[in-house]
Amino acid sequence: MSKVSDFFAEFVRRNGATISVYLFTAVIFWIAVLIVLPQLYMLDFSFRFNLPPSKIGTEEDVHTLKNYKYLLFGAEGNPNAFNWLHLEVFFRTIWAAVLVTILNLVICYPVAYYMTQVISGGKARIFILCLILPFWINEILRAFAFRILFGLNGPINFALVHLGIVPEPVEFIKADIALYTGLAYAYMLLMIFPLYNAIESLDHNQIDAARDLGSPWWRIHWRVVIPHAKPGIASGCTMVFMLTAGALAAPQILGGPSSLWFTQVIYQWFYTGGNWPQGAAYAFVLLTACIVFVLTMMRIFRVSLGEIAK
Amino acid sequence: MSSTALTRMMTLFYVGLFFTYLFGPLVLMGISAFNTEKYPTAIPYSGFTFEWFNKLFSDKDLVRGVLNSLIIGVGVVLLSVPIGLAAAIIMSQLHKRARSIYYAVVLSPMLTPGVIIGISTLVFWDRLGTAFDADWDTFFYDGIFLSILGQTSFISTFCMLIFIARLQRFDRAQEEAALDLGASHLRVFFRILIPFLRPAVFAAIVLAFLTSFENYNTTVFTIVSESTLTTVLAGKVRLGTDPSISALAVLIILITLVGATAIELRKRAEEKRIAAQLAAEKGL
Amino acid sequence: MSADVELDHLTIRFGNFVALQDANLRIPAGSFFSFLGPSGCGKTTILRAISGFLDPSEGHVRIGGEDMAGIPPNNRPTALIFQNLALFPLMKVWENIAFGLEVRRVPKAQRRERAQELLELIALPNQGEKLVSELSGGQRQRVAIARALAVEPEVLLLDEPLSALDLKLRQHMRTELRAIQQRVGITFIYITHDQGEALIMSDQIAVMSQGVIQQIGSGPEIYENPKTPFVASFVGENNAFTGRVASADANHAAVETHFGALRGRNSAGLKTGDQAILFVRPEILQLGAGTQGNALKSKVLAKEFEGFASHIHLANSQGERHISFSTSQEEALNISPGEEATVHFSPDRAIALPLGELAHE
Repeated sequence: MSKVSDFFAEFVRRNGATISVYLFTAVIFWIAVLIVLPQLYMLDFSFRFNLPPSKIGTEEDVHTLKNYKYLLFGAEGNPNAFNWLHLEVFFRTIWAAVLVTILNLVICYPVAYYMTQVISGGKARIFILCLILPFWINEILRAFAFRILFGLNGPINFALVHLGIVPEPVEFIKADIALYTGLAYAYMLLMIFPLYNAIESLDHNQIDAARDLGSPWWRIHWRVVIPHAKPGIASGCTMVFMLTAGALAAPQILGGPSSLWFTQVIYQWFYTGGNWPQGAAYAFVLLTACIVFVLTMMRIFRVSLGEIAK
Repeated sequence: MSSTALTRMMTLFYVGLFFTYLFGPLVLMGISAFNTEKYPTAIPYSGFTFEWFNKLFSDKDLVRGVLNSLIIGVGVVLLSVPIGLAAAIIMSQLHKRARSIYYAVVLSPMLTPGVIIGISTLVFWDRLGTAFDADWDTFFYDGIFLSILGQTSFISTFCMLIFIARLQRFDRAQEEAALDLGASHLRVFFRILIPFLRPAVFAAIVLAFLTSFENYNTTVFTIVSESTLTTVLAGKVRLGTDPSISALAVLIILITLVGATAIELRKRAEEKRIAAQLAAEKGL
Repeated sequence: MSADVELDHLTIRFGNFVALQDANLRIPAGSFFSFLGPSGCGKTTILRAISGFLDPSEGHVRIGGEDMAGIPPNNRPTALIFQNLALFPLMKVWENIAFGLEVRRVPKAQRRERAQELLELIALPNQGEKLVSELSGGQRQRVAIARALAVEPEVLLLDEPLSALDLKLRQHMRTELRAIQQRVGITFIYITHDQGEALIMSDQIAVMSQGVIQQIGSGPEIYENPKTPFVASFVGENNAFTGRVASADANHAAVETHFGALRGRNSAGLKTGDQAILFVRPEILQLGAGTQGNALKSKVLAKEFEGFASHIHLANSQGERHISFSTSQEEALNISPGEEATVHFSPDRAIALPLGELAHE
């Protein structure tokens, strides 16, 4: 206890009373009102019945597992053992997010390596600028661009048909190809930069030394560069997974009519289903999945949270 | 052909492919903005037109959305920059255990999907509103207010990270020196610390505003009955078929290019100044 | 104006760690006072307590007779010069110097004028408009001093301000600091681990080890009459011989060493049979047998010739114990390793002290 009061005494002494009040007010407001309370409240809310406002706080407003049961088993009277419709969406979302993350890593690693090794100085800055530019454009517009690209009458189909590769236009959107390419595109920057930062800190002499010792290029990467870039890989994968699994705009715009992303199900509970507690329960399940993923990455790559945030 | 030359060619080919992936879709979208075809498409190109730009400016929903986005962006900057700064300063004064717990808490919004931040904000304030028996037109249910809070929750983390990076290079002895010379804590803050952090403050403001302006996942839940540029756009894009969206994209790309060029030029000028200063120092 | 500083039973703890234990001393107004000790000995803690960045766990700091308890750094009549100087990089040189006046709401024209006076005092009259980053190390040093002097402190505190400079500049700044102190006439309290700095500049020196003040005195006092083995071994070079006291009187004590019984002054009142350390400074050793006894028969291990002097390393006849000294005596030129040599010293210049902690190099 005295340690805590010592800390405050020292803090006020160092920062002065006025500044201390500002610092604590701002941070406590942020942590309590903007982060912790809403999350806790959402958790509590997900264990409640969907009631009209007049009944909130009355005897009927009690806790229930109903919303979570629904995700697992569906509505009462469901002929199947499980709520396959939603469970499948959930697992497909997670699985697709993992795939998109890996795809992203594979696409971005060579680019990040190229940036660190081949270019330098003013050229590097222009290169980085070119990377960032497309991402200053709205997420929705970027998805829209893919819609144009992969549309039935889009340039890709136009080329394929005219070159005689396929007899008639391919339904890229229905096949979710547009969705996956678009998702991989959407968060690429968050993969490249952690990788770039991690690889950049590698002493170039280590690569030369490995080459000098007769190591082939793939072994240099496997034994020298990739181990060094581990924190960057963990960081990039975590961010990309989280953003992909939680993406809403791209699935709404690029998803085929039949394919649902888990966030879309949540969205529906709020907007068309009108069942907020149910939506909150689904949201909480998604949040749990993301936390599990982050913790797994930290464990596999043996990195701290701080390194992931870099 | 030697093997290094081959590797070089392959690398260049890959980088070329990568940039095609990066810019191709945007270029096609740009072309579709000037195409007379009724559906947004680059091919077939049936004629040049400015028609879609005219349509864009007469779209009242869109204009209203942009205005709301601007208001929210300013609100988010006003909240998240001071919060991020305070959080970074506190971070720099915490020790070991407390520091790692604190860090995990303040980083969490960045690692939480945006939809969840939106939902939790919406649900929390809705319930508060019910608890206070507030009317529907109070701030508890106001889309702009909720969006500012929801976005601030995670944008503050971005700002904090910017400030932490800059603070690491701050020499604390400067604060003590100023105090020792008789300055009050407030003066130390505004005369020593803030000037030192100025580049970070600038970066945080720009980042906070752009992130807010861009945001969809959180806003789509917190905006309730209002609309922002992104929610209006998402609605239109899902219906799918209007080249005026391409026209908007062209405008945004143009603004981006101008902005990027300006920043690049500024950086170059700065570097020249620093180089000149270094040269002068060496001459001493 | 200048004030005296008094530490009255000052103790400072961090948790269970005692950084400073029961310090008692009075620093006269207008004097140049140094705290000398190895890193971690508590000297910086004292400085921070005087300047107000640390609160005493026990005891008092008084400046000009006034108890400083509860008075924050910005209200004390002290100014601190930091180890890394802590100049404000975003301000011009003159703004740095005038910062303390700006805080005191002195109008700009007056600030500029006062800054100019101080710039002249530190011999940088034309550098006011530059940025700190455009100055050299020695110039920055002087700006830091001017910045501290601008607020007309009664006591100036200096925390190893020369440690970042190269050797030449450091030697030059020693003389200059002392000259500035004599010109402005205020109390300087100086922290250093460099005994040369302390000896050259100070009126008085306090030698510290592990939070305890070992001895306070003028430079010659501390050098010639160390009170503890720590002081004897930390200040200047010393050969230390540990052994039992063979005989003792009021003036001298003879200590059994590997080189036989050797005599030194007995200022600590050692008695026969006590364990003691005899300290023999290298510069008092002379080649030859001498006339007062205290001759060491030894074997030359090595000799290094450095022009103005020769550095000679000796061992006793069993080769067990080594001593080193430097000499410019002519005889030294003819000595070669492996030969026998005898050296002697005057018992009045060596000193025998009770066993105690030695300074580690």
